[in-house]
Amino acid sequence: MRSDIRTLAATALILTLGAGAASLAKPKIITLPPETAALKETSEPGFELTANTCTVCHSVDYIAMQPRGQGKDFWTGEVTKMVNVYGATVQDAERPAIVDYLTHNY
Amino acid sequence: MLGKRQFLKSVGGLALAWAGGTGLGKPAFAQAVTLPFANGERKLARFPGKRPLIKLTERPPQLETPFAVFDESIITPNDAFFVRYHLAGIPLSIDPDAFRLEIGGKVDKALILSLKNLKAMPHHEIVAVNQCSGNSRGFLDPRVPGGQLANGAMGNARWTGVLLKTVLNMAGVQATAKQVAFEGLDGPVLPNTPDFAKALDIDHARDGEVMLAFAMNGQDIPWLNGYPLRLVVPGYYGTYWVKHLNKITVMDKIFDNFWMKTAYRIPDNACACIPPGSKPDKTVPIGRFNVRSFITNLQNGDTIRAHDTLVRGIAFDGGSGIKEVALSIDKGKTWSGTTLGRNLGRYSFRPWQTRITLATGTHELMVRATSMSGEIQPMVATWNPSGYMRNVVETLTVQAA
Repeated sequence: MRSDIRTLAATALILTLGAGAASLAKPKIITLPPETAALKETSEPGFELTANTCTVCHSVDYIAMQPRGQGKDFWTGEVTKMVNVYGATVQDAERPAIVDYLTHNY
Repeated sequence: MLGKRQFLKSVGGLALAWAGGTGLGKPAFAQAVTLPFANGERKLARFPGKRPLIKLTERPPQLETPFAVFDESIITPNDAFFVRYHLAGIPLSIDPDAFRLEIGGKVDKALILSLKNLKAMPHHEIVAVNQCSGNSRGFLDPRVPGGQLANGAMGNARWTGVLLKTVLNMAGVQATAKQVAFEGLDGPVLPNTPDFAKALDIDHARDGEVMLAFAMNGQDIPWLNGYPLRLVVPGYYGTYWVKHLNKITVMDKIFDNFWMKTAYRIPDNACACIPPGSKPDKTVPIGRFNVRSFITNLQNGDTIRAHDTLVRGIAFDGGSGIKEVALSIDKGKTWSGTTLGRNLGRYSFRPWQTRITLATGTHELMVRATSMSGEIQPMVATWNPSGYMRNVVETLTVQAA
C-alpha cells in the first residue's frame, strides 16, 4: 500500500544511522507508454457512462479482449462484479444502460 | 500445439508503433499477433524493461510472452517474462535505498528491513516456473470472462534472495500463527477496491522453499515483475508471488480478504473441474500447478520433413518433477517416450526432445507429460468458471513432406 511505504520511508529515515547515504538516494522511475485503446463510440447513453466509469480503474482493452457475443447475462455479471466487488462508482439507475451498451458492442 | 498457432502479421496501420531508431521504414518487430481463439487479435507493445510482448491490457499492464520465446532457452529472459497486475495503482517511482520491508503481526519482534539488510542475509537460489492461474484461459469452451490468454502467461527463471523462513525466524513467529499475509506497493485506484494481498499457511511459509527474491536471472527483478522484491512460491500459481513486496503480516486467523476468500478459488475436487457451464458447490484457494507439456519448435500448420524430424519442448509440474514426456502421432492411441534434457530442479521447465518419422500427409502431434508424483495430463480439457489450471494434452497439426 502506498500509504504504508510513505510511513515506512519516514521511519527508515529516522532509523537509518548512515543518514548521508539516504540523502544521496535517488528514486528509480518508469514511464508507461501512452494509452491507445478506445471504446467503440455509439450514440447509446451507455457509451458515455461506460467511458466515464469503467475507465477510472482500467483501460478499455479489458472490455475489448473479452469473448464476443456472450450476451446480456455475461455483461450483467461483469458490471455487477465491478460495482459490488471492486467498488466502481456506478449508480443503480446507470447499470442497465452500461450493460446494454456492452452487450450490443462487445 | 495451440499456443504455437500465433500467426505473426504486419499491420500497416500500426506504422507509428515502429521501434524508434531504425529509421529505415521497416518495423523492427512484428506489430500484431492473432491468438488461436475467437477475438484473439493482439498488438505487440514495448513496456519498460521488456521487449515487444503481446498486449492484453494497458492499464494496469498485462503482457503475454510470445510462445516462440520458450524455444529459445529453458530460462525465460527477463525482458520476455509475462506481466500481470490486478490494480492500476502500480508504483512508478521506487527508491531502492529508502525501500523497506515490514514484518509484523503475531511475531515477537517486528522488523523493518532494507534491501541492504536482506542482501546481507544468507542467499538462497532456485529455478522455478511462475505461471498465471488463468494461463490458456482463451481456449476454454465455453469461454469465460477474465484475461483472455493463450499459453504465454508462464516463465521459468532463476530467483535469488532470502528464504522467508529466515526472516520469519528472525522476527520470532508466535505459537498462535495460522497464516502469513503479503502486500506490495501496488494498490487500487478507488478506495473501495480491495487492495491486492495474499496469504500462505504458516507451515508453507516456513517450508524452506518460499523466498523473498531480489534478483531474477542474475539481475534486479524487472520493474513490471515486482522490483525490487517479490515473493517466490515455487510450484504455486503466480497469484501468490506478490510483487513489490513491502509488508508481511503473521496472522492468528485465516486471511479472509477478497483475494483469498472470493477470488482465485477452484472447485474443491481432484481435477479442480466441473461440467462446462455449471457452478461449483464448494471451492478452495488455488494451489499448486498441475502437470503440463508443450512442443516448442513446431507451430500448428507447419510443413516438416517426413523423415527423422526433431521435435522438442518443455514440461513442468507443481514440484514433484517430470518423470516422462511422451509423444503420439496417432491421435493418442500409442505413445513413444522422449529424451529428457538438463534438469535444473523439480520446479523448473524440463526440456525434452525426440525424433520422429512420419508418412507423408497430415498428422496430429500430441505431447503428454507424467509427473514424478504420477499425475498425467488429461486428453480432454477440464473446465471451471474462472478458467484456471488448464492442462489438457496439447495437439498440433503438421504436414509431412
